[in-house]
Amino acid sequence: MADPTTNRPLDPVRPTLSRFRRMRPTTGKSGQFGIAFWLPLAWLVLISFTAIFAPWIGIQDPDSLDFINLQTPPNDAHLLGTDHLGRDVLARVIYGARVSLVVGFCAPVVGMLLGLPIGMIAGYFGGRIDGFIVGAIDTFLAVPGLVLLLLFSLIFGGSLLVVTVSLGLLFIPIFSRISRAATLSFKSSEFILAARTIGANDFNILVRELLPNVVLPVLAFGLVAVAGAIVVEGALSFLGLSVPAPHPSWGGMIAGGREHLEESPHISIFPAIVMFLTVLSFNLVGDTLRSRFADVREAAI
Amino acid sequence: MAAPLLELTNVSTHFHSPAGRVRAVDGVSVSLEAGQTLGLVGESGSGKSVLARTIMGLLPSYAEIPEGSAITFDGQNLLTMDRKARRAISGPGIGMIFQDPMTSLNPVMKIGQQVYEGMRHHFGTSKAAGRQRAIELLTEVGIPQPDVRIDQFPHQLSGGMRQRVAIAIALACEPKLLIADEPTTALDVTVQSGILDLLQREQRDRGMTLILITHDLGVVAGRCDQVAVMYAGGIVETGSTRSLFARTRMRYTQALLDSIPRLDRPPHERLKSIGGRPPNLITPPPGCRFAPRCAFSDAQCESAIPPMQADEADATHSFACWHPRDPEQTAEEVA
Repeated sequence: MADPTTNRPLDPVRPTLSRFRRMRPTTGKSGQFGIAFWLPLAWLVLISFTAIFAPWIGIQDPDSLDFINLQTPPNDAHLLGTDHLGRDVLARVIYGARVSLVVGFCAPVVGMLLGLPIGMIAGYFGGRIDGFIVGAIDTFLAVPGLVLLLLFSLIFGGSLLVVTVSLGLLFIPIFSRISRAATLSFKSSEFILAARTIGANDFNILVRELLPNVVLPVLAFGLVAVAGAIVVEGALSFLGLSVPAPHPSWGGMIAGGREHLEESPHISIFPAIVMFLTVLSFNLVGDTLRSRFADVREAAI
Repeated sequence: MAAPLLELTNVSTHFHSPAGRVRAVDGVSVSLEAGQTLGLVGESGSGKSVLARTIMGLLPSYAEIPEGSAITFDGQNLLTMDRKARRAISGPGIGMIFQDPMTSLNPVMKIGQQVYEGMRHHFGTSKAAGRQRAIELLTEVGIPQPDVRIDQFPHQLSGGMRQRVAIAIALACEPKLLIADEPTTALDVTVQSGILDLLQREQRDRGMTLILITHDLGVVAGRCDQVAVMYAGGIVETGSTRSLFARTRMRYTQALLDSIPRLDRPPHERLKSIGGRPPNLITPPPGCRFAPRCAFSDAQCESAIPPMQADEADATHSFACWHPRDPEQTAEEVA
């Protein structure tokens, strides 16, 4: 079969393939990142930038009440409209990003700092230590996370620190499992034996030989954990258990607009959209980086 | 004669497995003087790597070294010393090179750092001095552009280059004894001799003692002072390389030699091989371990373990065989 215009044989597979290649979200063989990496990254940069520099980028005060303009739809003065107390939704979304991003980044870091050493020690030493740690983790996992979070915020009150730390504690099991699994797969490698042949002790091996290997899969999971932490923080603030009321947070805004969904849906929808895009972006960027790591490691092996 | 640098007396290594006790190394005695090269030869599963790891103290937790074993290195018994003292010997005392340089280097550590890691650990070498020394060592082991390579990762190097790096890592601690566990098995044939020549040169220049583990008698022939042939966990014949090749006594050694392909044979001739498999090391045969596969075995071979006996012409050459080969006979006549 030949193409009548060019008289060249038709290749039915090729064009489709190249189109797929262009659309592929992860990295191509050439090592370039696709649009499904850059666009989410740009969104994350935008969100982070506005959140960090919120007081200086000329947006309105998120807490100032404007009783003349209650529940106005988006307009020139209020780009995303106002809520039921006349507060600027855009400003509150941007200030709310501060809460989400701080919890989103710090909670996985807390979980990683505690979970990684626990998992590495369990995987490396094995035996009774491993049995004890794995048992403790399983016990901890049996406690429902939300109940634990409710308990913490009831005891210590809702504040950024309490939410971050208690959410971080909930991340310990998963981080220690990942690092334990990675440690197990690396500890029988010959390069660990080789390190012993030049006299390395357990501490040297754990820190200098194993840690750089274990930290890669753990970090790759970290970005996915950020997305998870943002969602959980959103749920907590929706329930009013995160930062206290006047302080803007995405979950709190969604909850606040809930009663006015019919007449002014923008109050809930804008923070929901921003949260959705942010979580999606973290997942897309995380997936791309993870497959990129996998590529590099495969090439290394 | 000076005291030997390394002396193994009746060394055994047993593994506990669900099927029973595996006698991976069984009653090995061998001694090695400083500056000498020992070739440890045997087929897969003969216990040579386990013996190396026993000397190195790298055995897994389910391994057991029975009472009565002694490994004396530089006047100290390696089996009775505490872990910390033992670690101090790993590196400056005994170094080791592994079979596969693809796995024996840390994939996420720059090679320069891997080279000076040992120096930093044992001698407290500063980073700058260690880096300088690492460049010297990489030059010494024949790595081109060492100042560039030092900041690269193992996957950026070829297999032969990686094995040179592994040698540089071991040499960085200035070991008195270097154990090379099949250092060329995982490499292309074309780079094998280069690695072996490098090891031999370093051994001579540094006056280092070398244990070269291989399954290739050809590798041993030109490079070792002394050869020990292992079979099923024990040494069956040992002696100076010259005597062992010229006056082969043990039937197993002879069978190994016969199985080497030779250029002077007519083409399309069937290659000789040793029939059967090495014995199960959980329930080894009661007599000579090689008896089931040996063409010369009789009832005595199958019932009683042959003791090590010295060769008549050379007292350092000893072998364990009830029906040793007549050394005056040539290989052709046996065939």
